[in-house]
Amino acid sequence: MFVTVKFFASYREMLGEDQLLLDLEDGFTVGDVLDILKDRYPILADQGYMPLTACNLKHVSKRHALEDGDEVAIFPPVSGG
Amino acid sequence: MATRVDALNDFCAIVTEPIDLGSLAEKVRTGASGAVALFAGVVRDHNRGARVDRLEYEAYAPMAEEEMRAIIGELRRNWALDGVAIVHRTGRLEIGETSVAIAISSAHRREALEACACAIDRVKDTVPIWKKEHGEAGDDWIVGDDSARAGAATILPGANRSARRRDDA
Repeated sequence: MFVTVKFFASYREMLGEDQLLLDLEDGFTVGDVLDILKDRYPILADQGYMPLTACNLKHVSKRHALEDGDEVAIFPPVSGG
Repeated sequence: MATRVDALNDFCAIVTEPIDLGSLAEKVRTGASGAVALFAGVVRDHNRGARVDRLEYEAYAPMAEEEMRAIIGELRRNWALDGVAIVHRTGRLEIGETSVAIAISSAHRREALEACACAIDRVKDTVPIWKKEHGEAGDDWIVGDDSARAGAATILPGANRSARRRDDA
């Protein structure tokens, strides 16, 4: 299945891109995506890697199971206002 | 509930242009409204003792608007309101410019004032928007906002009281 992953704020700058497309096995969770990113981008492991996560525009936990076509977002604690 | 959130007088948006506070207040006012509470978050020239030159805001816009709609639904469950508008600006903002504005109307002042205080705390707590500070201390992403959570804790009991009052009526 294919999942789009979007990065925001400090994560976007750290990774040098704002999104990527991942081809995952069925049954993968948001937490699995975080692990894949940590392997692909070693810089994440050095930065106290505890991003907030969303799926299809809603806040979700790391245990959230993904489906084909989902849009995952990875970002630091929000600081609007 | 969904239809009430999308009621004619409710409005939320992520914008890149300057926010016009007067027209936002007018947007939520109805003939039945006796009060309009207006909150504006403004870019200030200092933070934690250091000079700030400007801020840069980034949003996950479609999710931010979803979260704002959810906040409006939450406000309407706790207070009797005529109209609610929440607008946040993104991009580069200079000192003195409005970054976020909330306008809420109700028949009497207490509902609008309480709901407005709750709304800005909720926005700072859940809406996916981030600010990068440029100034004396360097260029840094601001992470989270502890004051928002402290504020929400003091506001929400008032929300529950209002809901009970309305149920009793």
